[in-house]
Amino acid sequence: MSEPWRIVVAKPGLDGHDRGAKVVARALRDAGNEVIYTGLRRSAQQIVDTVRDEDARFLGLSSLSGAHQHLFPKVCELLKQQGLNDVIVFGGGIIPVDDREPLYACGIRAIFGPGTPTSEILEFIDQATQHENTGVGQDSDWYWTSSA
Amino acid sequence: MTGDFLAQAKSGDRRSLARTLSALENGNLDIQHALSVLGPVPPSSQEDWQTLAITGAPGVGKSCLLDGLLRSWAQENIRVAVLAVDPSSPRTGGALLGDRVRMTVVDDVNLNGLIYLRSVATRKASGSVPVIVEDMTKVLLALGWQKVIIETVGAGQSEVRCAALADRIVVVEGPARGDGIQAEKAGLLELADAVLVNKSDLPGAELHADEIRESFELGIGSTPPVHLTSALQSTGVQEAAAMLLTLSSSGRSKRARWRERLLAHHERKILESPKLDEILEKLAKGSILLDEALQSIGGYQDE
Repeated sequence: MSEPWRIVVAKPGLDGHDRGAKVVARALRDAGNEVIYTGLRRSAQQIVDTVRDEDARFLGLSSLSGAHQHLFPKVCELLKQQGLNDVIVFGGGIIPVDDREPLYACGIRAIFGPGTPTSEILEFIDQATQHENTGVGQDSDWYWTSSA
Repeated sequence: MTGDFLAQAKSGDRRSLARTLSALENGNLDIQHALSVLGPVPPSSQEDWQTLAITGAPGVGKSCLLDGLLRSWAQENIRVAVLAVDPSSPRTGGALLGDRVRMTVVDDVNLNGLIYLRSVATRKASGSVPVIVEDMTKVLLALGWQKVIIETVGAGQSEVRCAALADRIVVVEGPARGDGIQAEKAGLLELADAVLVNKSDLPGAELHADEIRESFELGIGSTPPVHLTSALQSTGVQEAAAMLLTLSSSGRSKRARWRERLLAHHERKILESPKLDEILEKLAKGSILLDEALQSIGGYQDE
């Protein structure tokens, strides 16, 4: 890898649990990536502005409050509106399996539940860049099937 | 492709600006070419600074304080860009860039059009600021950002690399950072154009500010201003912001600054050498000596 990926890890909404986001940020860092952490309680607009100004290739969204069905699609919509179609979006947290299909339909390429090994997230990052058109507003129908 | 995003950056598109900075960082864009599209860097004058480095030890409150300063400047309608530097791992090359966590002003919809914040990892560079920041600064200035603030990695006593890159240097200090002897020690404080003693809500801040003032008065020439601030309680921050806008250079350290510039450029030549990996490999194997390695890179300079 010639240059590190820039990855924004964000906490949308009012959820104050950031252990998971920090563990993921740390794993991504240790794999040689540049990780920009937003801190807690960001709005969809703030997250999209950060992705734009930081020129991030990936966006990881974390939610443990149950608001993912509202917040994740909103972030995806805004990314597309602002022409950030090639940003690859993944999510994690307490997200029931039944809720995941609609999120994939928004262009999110992976949802990781509790207990996912961090190595799997790294594997996803690798795969997502090898497949074509996996950005949030691009037309690939590929997504990662996670183990948890 | 490169031409596309340069032209769009020129028309004010923030994503294209971000891409331009990445291209510089990744070595995919030459600064001369970038400026030929974007237009020249506006000329600087002695009185009016364009670039300001904010430096100081880890945890003294550089990011929180800068957040307050940015708010004041944006309220005055000044367009400010920030390059916030955090360290890369020497082992893996990865970095956690966390300065945004403290910068709430970029979330203020009334002000964030006037502020651009970009996190920068040190990557291979040693010291508190990678030299590529110099090129990134030029691009930002050429695009009409009036002031560029470089927030360095939390820096120790002798880390003065930021002197190579900025028109003015502000050192952030805090209380409980040692006794008066610490203020007498040579190093970073000597190059400061201003000192902000942050966390003035805590005991000992005033005493520490006095010690720094006293130390400056023992020296020759003009003494830099020393201000108390509390980023937490927003006291003294607006005053500091106004003071910094008209800050003049202490002018005490021209030679020291040029020395840092020279060293920084030398390091950049080495880091950008196409032979670097090969040379490191050979050094690690013990098949060449350090002197031979330097000579080999020196050859690259003449090409």
